[in-house]
Amino acid sequence: MLKNYFKIAIAVLRRRKFFTFISLFGISFTLTILMVLTAFMDNIINPTYPDMKRDRSLYIGRVELRNTKEGWINSSSSSFYFLTHYAGSMKRPVKMAISSGSSSSNAYVNNKKIVVGIKYTNADFWEVADFDFLEGKPYTKPQVDQGQRVAVICQSTKRDYFGDEYDVVGQYIEVDNIKYRVIGVVKDAPLSSESYHANMYVPYTLSKSDYKSTGHQGDFGAVVLAKSTDDIEKIQKDYDQIVNRIPTNSKEMDKLYSNADTHFRTIVRNVFGSGPESGFTRFLLFISGAIFLFMLLPTINLVNINITRIMERSSEIGVRKAFGASSKTLIYQFIVENIILTVIGGVFGVIFSVITLQLINESGLIDGLHLTLNFTILFYGFLTCLLFGLISGVYPAWRMSKLNVVRALKAQ
Amino acid sequence: MIQLKNIEKVYRTSTVETLALNSISLDIAKGEFLSIMGPSGCGKSTLLNIMGLLDTPSKGSITIDNQGTEHMKDKALAGFRNKKLGFIFQSYHLINDLSVLDNVELPLLYRDSTAKERRQLATEALEKVGLANRMKHFPNQLSGGQKQRVAIARAIVGRPEIILADEPTGNLDSAMGNEIMDILMQLNEKDGTTIVMVTHDENMAHKTHRLVRLFDGSQVQ
Repeated sequence: MLKNYFKIAIAVLRRRKFFTFISLFGISFTLTILMVLTAFMDNIINPTYPDMKRDRSLYIGRVELRNTKEGWINSSSSSFYFLTHYAGSMKRPVKMAISSGSSSSNAYVNNKKIVVGIKYTNADFWEVADFDFLEGKPYTKPQVDQGQRVAVICQSTKRDYFGDEYDVVGQYIEVDNIKYRVIGVVKDAPLSSESYHANMYVPYTLSKSDYKSTGHQGDFGAVVLAKSTDDIEKIQKDYDQIVNRIPTNSKEMDKLYSNADTHFRTIVRNVFGSGPESGFTRFLLFISGAIFLFMLLPTINLVNINITRIMERSSEIGVRKAFGASSKTLIYQFIVENIILTVIGGVFGVIFSVITLQLINESGLIDGLHLTLNFTILFYGFLTCLLFGLISGVYPAWRMSKLNVVRALKAQ
Repeated sequence: MIQLKNIEKVYRTSTVETLALNSISLDIAKGEFLSIMGPSGCGKSTLLNIMGLLDTPSKGSITIDNQGTEHMKDKALAGFRNKKLGFIFQSYHLINDLSVLDNVELPLLYRDSTAKERRQLATEALEKVGLANRMKHFPNQLSGGQKQRVAIARAIVGRPEIILADEPTGNLDSAMGNEIMDILMQLNEKDGTTIVMVTHDENMAHKTHRLVRLFDGSQVQ
């Protein structure tokens, strides 16, 4: 039976090449977009270089001050003092990597300007992150405390600044007219790893901003590393309790919010949340709505194409019914045919996805980003295909199965 | 074998009501070869469709092989058609995307059978109509007469007791028509299959056991 359905499905696909092209294009294009988006999501959620301990890391970013009566909000990154004084008072974390946002500075090589993003970090930064050191080593706590002008640069900065030189450790890099001694070279961190992405890393004690300021807001963020994943929730509770006790230090502001979130939740909070709102519900609604709309258009398109295709086959439906096919059997047949179509579209989708991911990785569009097509994504991709096949096949199949036999036979 | 009692078929639109069949009663015996004749639009095909349970009458009852069919639901009707009835249409209604063999196997897909059994029965049916050498061909590679022979093979492959043929020679020249008629007569004589055939051709009709004539939806002979 299935073999017969398969033969028919393939024959129908070959018969109307334009319809087939539109259907397959719709399925494979939608799937490609979904797969690429999922690969991005996968990159955000799962541990990726150099954020390899993402599953037991919590991220402290913004400090939000509010005047609840007037509705004023002042939201900014944390100060170094805020992180060391309050977040640093927690007992449970193993380490805390503190780093500033990446600030753009200029370096010149042969009169050519190179923009270098500098991150000012503490020494624990190198223990929390898992950077691959291609040359040299990270700076130590004493070097940080002494404010030594040392730097760890990334591979692309080495290439841009020093060219093809083999070993640059011990050499100097001049950025914004300040010379730093290079003590290490690391593999580039991707832009998607905001806490770690930069072109050059130097001790926070060299920061141009006032890292000694006791205000709550500044230019820093922290990655808090828990001993195990079991500690994550406990650390979050500890941190919430600490934050509840922190005074706003401002007459105008009466509320202070700061959160220790997982990596994914941090991104969600930054985009959809505010103050006490994590933004997760809004995120889920947004994503569900977006996926629904994104899937709806190709599905409606497929439903229409399927109805046209099926109605062209009225005579066949009439014959099948006359010779003993029940409505249920016919619905089954057309759904199977549609699933065959969507699986073929799915295979093309996977091929296009691999090509697209390869192109994105090679284009260098996003610094250091390396997207991969993993088996989980592949599985969900095929699941999406089957769902597509079902959704877009059920209604046309049901309509077709209700066709009057005599009218169907006359249709030829 | 087939009993029709007071069959009426009315087609209704918002403004017009057309009586296609008017109180038709027929009793067709097992092994009988009956032909139905009449001018175009007199209700021949409608009657055949009702007999084949492809259409429902507005009034009246149909009994086939002592089974009432009025209360049968979709699944039961499908199963009943599959086992008891075989259809031959004027325009063959072969599925062009399937080979001759796959077309003939079609009725067997809807009953419990293995691929091997289906293949064997379909091959036998094609041998019976003299087309065993065209099994791998596709319908559009065949002549009209060959297509109709494939349609006959498809109608008989499930060994139904009744064959309903709607102008089976209507699209064929007289030589081809005679060939098809010979096959039908053989099926009737050798296998004892009950055949009801709608035709416009007096010669063909006179070869059958009994002739029923319709005029404006009523039986006149």
